[in-house]
Parts: sequence; C-alpha cells; structure tokens
Amino acid sequence: MTTTRSAAKTVHAPAFTNGDDIHIPLFTLLKPDGKPYAGGATISLDEEKARRVYRAMLYTRILDERMMAAQRQGRLSFYMQCTGEEAAVIGSTAALKDDDMILAQYREQGALAYRGFTTDEFMDQLFGNERDPAHGRQMPIHYGSRALHYQTISSPLATQIPQAVGYAYGQKLAGTGNCTLTIFGEGAASEGDFHAALNMAAVHKVPVIFLCRNNGYAISTPVAEQFAGDGVAARAFGYRMQSIRVDGNDILAVFEATREARRLAVEHNEPVLIEAMTYRLAAHSSSDDPSGYRSKKEEEAWRKKDPLARMQRWLLDRGWWNEEEERELTETLRREVLETMKKAEKRRPPALGTLVSDVYAETPPLLAEQLRELEAHIQRHPDAYPKSAPWLNEEGGSAREESRA
Amino acid sequence: MSRMNLLQAVNNALDTAMAADERVLCFGEDVGVFGGVFRATSHLQEKYGRERCFNTPLVEQGIVGFANGLAAQGSTPVAEIQFADYIYPAFDQIVNETAKFRYRSGNLFDVGGLTIRAPYGGGIAGGHYHSQSPEAYFAHTPGLTVVIPRNPHQAKGLLLASIRSPDPVIFFEPKRLYRASVGEVPDEDYELPLRQAEVVKEGNDITLLAWGAQMEVIEQAAEMAEQEGISCELIDLRTIVPWDIATVTDSVLKTGRLVVSHEAPLTGGFAAEIAATVQSRCFLYLESPVERVTGLDTPFPLTLEKEYLPGPLKVFDAIHRSMNF
Repeated sequence: MTTTRSAAKTVHAPAFTNGDDIHIPLFTLLKPDGKPYAGGATISLDEEKARRVYRAMLYTRILDERMMAAQRQGRLSFYMQCTGEEAAVIGSTAALKDDDMILAQYREQGALAYRGFTTDEFMDQLFGNERDPAHGRQMPIHYGSRALHYQTISSPLATQIPQAVGYAYGQKLAGTGNCTLTIFGEGAASEGDFHAALNMAAVHKVPVIFLCRNNGYAISTPVAEQFAGDGVAARAFGYRMQSIRVDGNDILAVFEATREARRLAVEHNEPVLIEAMTYRLAAHSSSDDPSGYRSKKEEEAWRKKDPLARMQRWLLDRGWWNEEEERELTETLRREVLETMKKAEKRRPPALGTLVSDVYAETPPLLAEQLRELEAHIQRHPDAYPKSAPWLNEEGGSAREESRA
Repeated sequence: MSRMNLLQAVNNALDTAMAADERVLCFGEDVGVFGGVFRATSHLQEKYGRERCFNTPLVEQGIVGFANGLAAQGSTPVAEIQFADYIYPAFDQIVNETAKFRYRSGNLFDVGGLTIRAPYGGGIAGGHYHSQSPEAYFAHTPGLTVVIPRNPHQAKGLLLASIRSPDPVIFFEPKRLYRASVGEVPDEDYELPLRQAEVVKEGNDITLLAWGAQMEVIEQAAEMAEQEGISCELIDLRTIVPWDIATVTDSVLKTGRLVVSHEAPLTGGFAAEIAATVQSRCFLYLESPVERVTGLDTPFPLTLEKEYLPGPLKVFDAIHRSMNF
C-alpha cells in the first residue's frame, strides 16, 4: 500500500509533471544601491550586529586580497578567496547562535572571521607552521576551530553535508537548542552526499540548515551544465523540506532568511534549504584562470552587485558607519594581516613527530617504528631535510611529539 | 616524433583515439570547454563536438555509473576523475560494477570499453586530498586493470592500449610529471603492451622496481648507487594488475636483491604483494630480504611532504641495507 501523500487523488489518463509549475521567488530586501525595498520584511539586524557583520566582511575581503597576492609572490602554496560571497557566508553565520555548529566547504573563511578567528590563527594554518593545530597537514584554507564551533575543512566535496545532518540529530537528542549550518556550492549539490543528506534530514526531522552558495560556477562548469532543474532550491520539494531562494549578495535577505530558518530548525525540527544566489568574483583558486571559461563583461556586471559595497551603503545611510571608520579599519586590518603574515611565514615547521600523531588515538608500534627509522634517515642526510633536520635533536622537537603519540 | 610533456601526450592519445573511433567519448568535471583542470582534454570538445567531449555534473559516482552504462552499450567511454583522491564516491560503481560486469553475467555483458583516467600522486604540495596513490585499493579487486605510465612516450602508448583493451582500465597519471616530464613521442597511433613490465636499465647487483612518478626516484637512487659501483637493474611495472610476475622474478633470480618503492603507505601497499610473490618464487636465490620503500602509514601530509615521501635518498639507504645484509 502506498503512503505517498498525494496518491489519494487519482487520474485516468497519463498526467506527467516536471515541477515547472512551481515557482520559487527570490527573497531580497536591499536594492543594489543599498536602499531597502519598500514594504520589505522588518529588518532585525541591529547596529551592533550589523557593524560586527560588516567588519567581518571587510576583514575577509582584505585577508583574501593579501593572501592571494602572497600566493602570487610564491610565499604561500595555495589560496582560495571568498570574494563576492561574503554576504552569503557571513550573513547566514550572523543569524545563528555563536555556538551553533558550522560544517563548511572551503570558501567560508568569512564565517570564521565573524566568529573571531584571529589573524594569527588564519596565518598559522595558511603557512602550516608549528602553531597550526593541524600541524601543517592540510593545504592552506583548511581551517578548523573547536572553540568557534567550526569543523575542520575537508577538500572532497559534499562530504560534510550528511555529516551536518548527523551532527544536528545529535544536537536534537542532546536538547541544547542548537542547530547545524552546512555550507556548500551548487556544484557540490550534484554529489550523492547532498541528496542523501536532504532525505535523511527530512525523514528524521533534524535541526539543520543547508546553505547553498549558488555562485554560478563549479571551477569552470557553469550552472547550465550542472543542472537542468530550477536551481538547487527546488530539490527540497522532493524531500518535503522547507526551501527558500535569496539574493546572496544582499546581507539583509541572507540574515533574515537564515534567522527564520534557524527558528524552523530549532523550534520545529524542520530542516531548511537556502539557495543564496551569488557569484564567485575571484578565480576558483590560485590554481585557476577564469578567463578560459567566462567573460570579463560577465564579471564586471557582478562586480556592480558587490555585497560589501551594498552593505556599506546601507550602513552609511543609517549613520551606523562612516567613511573615516572605513578608512581607519581598512588600514588597521591591512597592517595587521601583513605583519601577522610576516611572523607566521618565519615560524618553524611542525615537529617531525606530528607526521605520525593523530592517525590513531594511540600510535601503533609499526608507525612509531616508521618514525624512528625516518629520524635515523634524516640524521644520516640532514642537508636534504632542511625543514626537520635542524630541530631533530632539540628538546621539544620530535621527541616531544612522539611521547605524546 | 614530437617533443611533448606528459600532459600533452595524454591529450594526444585521447585525440588519436577519438579520431580513430567515433565511439570514443571523453567526459568528466571541467573537461569540456575548459579542457580539464590540468588541460588533458584541451581542444577535444572543439574538435569532436559537445556530444563526444563534455562536462558532467560534479558527481563521481554518476560519472563512473554513466560510463559503465555507456560501455555496456558498446561505446568506448574515457571518464576523467579530476583527482584520484576524489575517486572514492565512485568506488561502488568501480568495485561492484565495473570489475564484475563480465563475470556476473557469464560474459553476456561487459564494460571492456571503459577507461577511467585520474591524476594521482604527491610532490605538488597537495596535502591529504590532492596527493594520494590509491592503486592498491583497486589492485585488490579482480576484474580491474590498473595502469600507470612513467613518461610521455609511455603515457600515449599505454593510454591508447588501455582505451582499446577488452577490459576496463583505471589509468592513473602521475600529475607531478604532467609538465615536468618531457620527451619524444611518436606522432602516429601506437600502443604499448598492457600486463608487461619493462626493464628500463639492465644491471647485476640489485633490482629496483617502481611505477609512475616513482621511476624517476629510483633512477636517481640508482645513479647514486652506481657511483659506488653497485649495478642496478631498473624495472617499471607499468601495469599494476594483472602484474608481470615473470619479468620481475627473472630479474630477481639474476640479482638476488629487490627494492620495491611506491608513494602509497607501506601497509597493504602493492609492494607487499610483490614481496610475497618474489619470496615464494625466488626464495633460494635471495641474498637479502625484499626492501619496501614507501610512504608512511599516515594520511598524506603537506608541510612535511618531503619527509613523508620515499625520495631517492630513502631508496639509496634501502639499496645499502640490501647490499650489506
């Protein structure tokens, strides 16, 4: 016996449906010139939070510019910018409680900036030095922070989405009133993990928010070659899930949509899918050159919709920000990023023993033996291993990590 | 002959295969207009049209499942997985479907036309997820053929043979060598044999065995050893499975010593299989235990990548251990 909701109604001629009759509007509150639309929903972003959001957006923009330049100078192996998508990332994060969990993809450094990740923390990860909590094991931009409720980034796409559902299910059982936000691109939403996640969230009524940054491209692949349906938002219906499409470059729309999504998730255990329509203004990564697949004209058109400029105009109009503050903060942040970078790139690499710690809670004997063999090998050929040889015999070097392991 | 790098040789092989047989299709993430993130499929869409060379949605399990279906239908799909590290969503399609298609149907159906290409390996500051060498996972699955070339000439000939092989092939390309390895490549259509290792240098004292990018490493180690008067025989396994036991054991019966090296971790790596087979077939001829020089039993790191990798000095140390046993 079928339990399909609408199967009670029968027809007696084949009647197909492809969903084209469902229309998903775009929720937007701020015009591109920073003026609110007349008759829009009440804006609940207060001055203090608005300033915090804007500072995080500006910080992210400055960090990205500086670090991409550093990559071009050969000081950093790799980088990815959030540029153009700051509102989608930071606006959604700001609508959460600071102890709600975030499982992001890799372009969401703005969320960390909003929550107070320090410039030192950014730099130590980017340079994979001895102060990086993950010991330089991952590529740059793979941040994580237990204190800031932000799971460490993993490069494979969409793997975090079903994990977010599981995390949120645990939160529901724990009864803390928290939810989980997972952020991903429209390309990642093609992975099987995305579909599995949506279905499980809907079936198990999990307090999770799925935020898709639909930024137009998965590396070079445009959305027209990514899906034939009505974007990503429409997929929620197949799983009977709440869904909304927002202007991702409109900080207010993203904030208000996520705020309401959080209420549905936490108070009603209704998972929500948010599709934020935005644009990746920068290259996919420092390894990419977008001139091979999109036009300057298209980029320029989106540059005019810059979410930072839009929010800045709104703040200025309200008298919550002024140009003097903008100038000062920009200069302060640029200096802070540059000076912190200079310190971080000079710090020592992680101790040799960090190669083998954390593979298991307790390092197995064979692996401990491999470390000892490696140490002996490096001592035979110290010149070939400038990153590790100088510290090998030093107190607090590899021996420390090995004993920890 | 043309001088080209390994990437150009792969591109040239795909071009050659598509020109020779209209059933050959190339697809995967970003392979269309962009020509792939490494540009291995450059200009193929331009030349052969969007029906034969195209972008897929971002879903590896979909790419390989789709490719399995195409191959079953009689086409010759060449599916690209952008990095070998991202092949795992397709693991089910490869291990349970690709590998068993012929066997489970009693040869009523097969996916022999399928080739899966993926860049593999470290040395490019790629960290956990752009550095892995997953050949051993697939070597453990009967029905799969795993091929890894070491230079441009090999890449073209082996890729063409893989595409035309009656069995599905996983073709791992050493991305560290994509632009670094340059050599003369015949312009014409040619194939190099699968399931055949190649003795790339003859020697008498010790056999060094590797594949892909690791060949360059054992060549450097051999040069160091030769300066000390140790004569090394170098073998490129080329096809990981089904592997060419005879070429390897013939060499070990002559030299009495073997060093096998790969980037993947030690435990369960393919060197273990080789060592076990060699000790059972060459036991009385071995002068020393088979040495394995591999990555550590850890995920692939970033800052300490050089420490992790089985570089020439580690192979050189292993040669000494073997010689001085």
